[in-house]
Amino acid sequence: MEQLLPVRSLKKGDNDDITQERLIERKAKRRFQLLLLLFFCALVLSITFALTLGPVKMSPITVWKIALSHLPFFGDYIDVNWSQAQERIIWDIRLPRVLLGAVVGAGLSVVGVVIQALVRNSLADPYILGISSGSSVAATLVILFGALPIFGQYALSLGAFIGAIVAMVAVYLLAQVGGRIQTTRLLLAGVAISMILSAVTNFIVTLAPKESGIRGAMFWMMGSLAGAKWEYIMIPTVVVLVGTFYLLFHSRSLNVLLMGEEAAATLGVNIDSFRKILIIISSLLTGTVVAVSGSIGFIGLVVPHLVRLLIGTDHKRVLPFSILIGMILVIWSDVCARMLLAPQELPIGVVTALCGGPFFIWLLRRSSYSFGGGSK
Amino acid sequence: MRLTLKDVAYSIQDTSIIEDISIQIKAKQFVGLIGPNGSGKSTLLKTASRILKPHSGLVHLDGQDLYELSPKQTAQEMSVVSQETALTFDFSVREMVWMGRHPHKRLFQSDTKEDRMIVDAALNRVGMNGFKERSFMSLSGGEKQRVLIARALAQEANIIILDEPTNHLDIHHQLQLLDLVKKLEVTILAALHDLNLAAMFCDYLYVIQNGQVVSSGTPETVLTTELIREVFGVETEIKIHPITHKTHITFLAHV
Repeated sequence: MEQLLPVRSLKKGDNDDITQERLIERKAKRRFQLLLLLFFCALVLSITFALTLGPVKMSPITVWKIALSHLPFFGDYIDVNWSQAQERIIWDIRLPRVLLGAVVGAGLSVVGVVIQALVRNSLADPYILGISSGSSVAATLVILFGALPIFGQYALSLGAFIGAIVAMVAVYLLAQVGGRIQTTRLLLAGVAISMILSAVTNFIVTLAPKESGIRGAMFWMMGSLAGAKWEYIMIPTVVVLVGTFYLLFHSRSLNVLLMGEEAAATLGVNIDSFRKILIIISSLLTGTVVAVSGSIGFIGLVVPHLVRLLIGTDHKRVLPFSILIGMILVIWSDVCARMLLAPQELPIGVVTALCGGPFFIWLLRRSSYSFGGGSK
Repeated sequence: MRLTLKDVAYSIQDTSIIEDISIQIKAKQFVGLIGPNGSGKSTLLKTASRILKPHSGLVHLDGQDLYELSPKQTAQEMSVVSQETALTFDFSVREMVWMGRHPHKRLFQSDTKEDRMIVDAALNRVGMNGFKERSFMSLSGGEKQRVLIARALAQEANIIILDEPTNHLDIHHQLQLLDLVKKLEVTILAALHDLNLAAMFCDYLYVIQNGQVVSSGTPETVLTTELIREVFGVETEIKIHPITHKTHITFLAHV
């Protein structure tokens, strides 16, 4: 037993050991920073590329000049050498769409990470709490029957958001027993509410007065960034930013949460209130994202796994990485959705599922990643 | 740091699990809880460590009501090592032990050199310093328990509560773990299955049966053939072992 409890005397060898360790740690840190930088560059390139693609091809330089010319300070130094039409395509159509894609990707990925930590289940995704089914009901009502006319052109987004919140409140109340949220109940309540609301959505669709409306509703349910406008970006950006910062500051508690309910409590997490806050944050994030993009599947499920495979489970690293990768994936999926059948558009959800599915299967077949299953 | 439970009771749907249990643990004492399966040992430990709120009675830490402290403050004073941890997602050994620093960190505080030293010292103490970058899930049962002890040490708590920490461990690792815990010089409250191990390591024992304390005292006074027959339903022969000078129980037959 004694050899396991060595009395540490500071011999020269020990010092060498310690510096060796520091070196390894520093190396790991540098690798992380390098990866972060790499993915940030990939994001900038993706945005540039996505902006240049479309029926009207444009050079990357023109694209950035147009974008930057709208900034208050830079704008004065940029010579206008592009046409009015180019300006409109980039500023009014493509840029909001790409940026919306980035925000949606970031939001879904962050929520995916949080939900998987919250329910300690690797199958969880942002829609597991029934949020998307709630917004689907409202969205189909708006698209097919013109519900909520008082909100004008925002009826769809606002309706979807309200639907999401109603579903969330229902799930939350069902999962609560004696002031505490139970994980299994939360999951089952989410599944039950999802089923009920999906049935309601289908019922609404069968009552649809016009065939064309059904197509629109389907499109919305599978997710699409086609309707992107500048006005749609502001609120989701703020919500995603605020939520992400909160989570980053609580990344230690998120790690501890993965130790299990009881262990987390004994490590100083106020488990009941922290859980409730997490549910509210992820619902608000999902609700606002779904309101502007429909329910884009797979991103929130795949990205957290992909990131953990790359850099481990520590949330301080997982969160920023998930954001970058989520942004990149959604931007590229949207490019595919626009380009594959051009001039026709595909719902982006079809692209994410078609590309994400096989990737997920590949990940599943890799023996080195355990998916939180336990054994290696 | 003293831990006192006074008239603590807990029930699940009208079935009382523990009833009016009072226990006192003095600073730096190693106190063991023994009792048959389902006697309420785990429930008692959970009420003591704030996982379950007792339905009546008081839990005091150095004279202060446990429920007047925040979860963070509690975790600074008390750490818990349970039987085994089922993880969903894997962490490295280093990350696991760092979690012990959680109760000491404020919201915007970053990790400091001091934290790092505490984590390193904790890993050293349990002899797991060479395993820092290993994945926790890939460790053996004994190694996992040692990492969890290191996490409890990184918590710098004055009380460690152990719930059958030697379950699933072979005899070598059982002895190793308890020996390690014994040398920590903190207050220990541990539920133990093996009566001989309890006799070897504990300063004081509480015997729990049907949710009540039926006997308490030093191992020598508590562990008698009558009590073990009464509580565990087993015939035994009890001697002071000539080499260890501790109470040694030989099990003869169940009643």
